[in-house]
Amino acid sequence: MPSPRYWRAIPSRLRLEAVRCRSCENVVYPSRRICPHCHGTEWDPAELSRTGEVVTSTIVHIAPDDFAMEAPYVLALIETPEGARLMLQVTDCDPEDIGPGTAVNLEFRRIRAEGNSGILCYGFKAVPAG
Amino acid sequence: MAGIVGYGAFIPRHRIRSEEIARQWGKDAAAIRRGLVLEEKSVPGLDEDTITISVEAARDAIERSGIDPLRIGAVYIGSESHPYAVKPSGTVLIDALGIGPEVHVADFEFACKAGTEAMFVALCLVESGRVEYALGIGADTSQGAPNDALEFSASAGGAAYIFGAKDLLVDVLETYSYTSDTPDFWRREGRFYPRHGGRFTGEPAYFKHVLSATRGILKKTGMDPQDFKYAVFHMPNGKFPQQAAKQLGFTKEQIETGLVVVKMGNTYSGSSPTGLAAVLDVADPGDKILLTSFGSGAGSDSFVLQATDLLPERRVTGRKVWSMLDTPVRYVTYGEYAKLREKIILND
Ligand SMILES: [Zn+2]
Repeated sequence: MPSPRYWRAIPSRLRLEAVRCRSCENVVYPSRRICPHCHGTEWDPAELSRTGEVVTSTIVHIAPDDFAMEAPYVLALIETPEGARLMLQVTDCDPEDIGPGTAVNLEFRRIRAEGNSGILCYGFKAVPAG
Repeated sequence: MAGIVGYGAFIPRHRIRSEEIARQWGKDAAAIRRGLVLEEKSVPGLDEDTITISVEAARDAIERSGIDPLRIGAVYIGSESHPYAVKPSGTVLIDALGIGPEVHVADFEFACKAGTEAMFVALCLVESGRVEYALGIGADTSQGAPNDALEFSASAGGAAYIFGAKDLLVDVLETYSYTSDTPDFWRREGRFYPRHGGRFTGEPAYFKHVLSATRGILKKTGMDPQDFKYAVFHMPNGKFPQQAAKQLGFTKEQIETGLVVVKMGNTYSGSSPTGLAAVLDVADPGDKILLTSFGSGAGSDSFVLQATDLLPERRVTGRKVWSMLDTPVRYVTYGEYAKLREKIILND
């Protein structure tokens, strides 16, 4: 992820800024131009809670180079109380303990480093609640 | 009068026991427990650093304060493990928490006392009227060299404090600082691990500065040790703060709530600020609290604080320090620890 691309995504990655459709009221993350539910095009800003529930998940054993040290790790589709869905890594857990229905908190973490001398990329990961 | 309007702390979930480190290097674990009074220490995950710990602690602080983050006019993070050598940790934090861009940001460094340094400057900017609210943070993911005594203590965590002039959770009644050129512990530019002067870190360094700063603030305020419900001294290990407390006339009961080092290790810049957070988690209105930090090099900052009526109702949200220390923890082996702390040389 080159620096400018990371920088452009700061509002959604670092603050979980989402949007709420004015016609059907669904919350969508990250923000888009056309509502996937009703094809509406008018939006209000919405912020996501730092909690959620696992909808579905998988364990990554063969990881991309930047994530090799973290394998095996869980990648999960998380639904927040607002109804938005986002794909997050699940951290601080035993991978086999994570599955549909697992309650999670969202915590600010380092997502990856651009090699040994590039920028550090931050964002959110899910952590089992409790 | 200015004081604390919000506070928060964060401690990573991984732990390594003193026995596991002792086993690796053929040392006597019982002697470590007895001599350094350390049971286990926190270990950061591969995805945790000073920035992530600061953001999590500061988020709880903002929630407890109830203020709009845009009103925070200054942000200072004290750490000796800022992830970037050049690019302030605070820049990432303000964008993550919705602070700024109308905000003054700087990173501080002063070995283990960079946190209270950040708190002191944040407090003074509010007192001067220059900013409405200011955020001071102490956080670290400190490294001890393998097979060094520091490896039993160097750990990860931090605490964040928002200072303001109204709706205070804690009054700051007085401050006092004491600093000198004392080369007890240092890390040269570009070196991975710090060096220290062994026994020299005790008498002329830790004890001289902690005792002088504490005696200085007691004299300045005309207060005695028995006037305080709680006291927190910097915790390089479990033994030093207990010895300092005894020499100053404080009791075991006054320091045990803030003595987080036994389970957490020494989180350097986050050490005494996290001890203070543990005290604020339980303090009653009117309780007086003494805080004295220590940073090698060397210096100490002392604060006399008093809990207000607002503290109990505001602290119900947010994570409590002792609950983060007691549950849930993930114990790692020395091998996993070496991987998490990036002590293993890998191929590109
Ligand atoms: Zn819609």
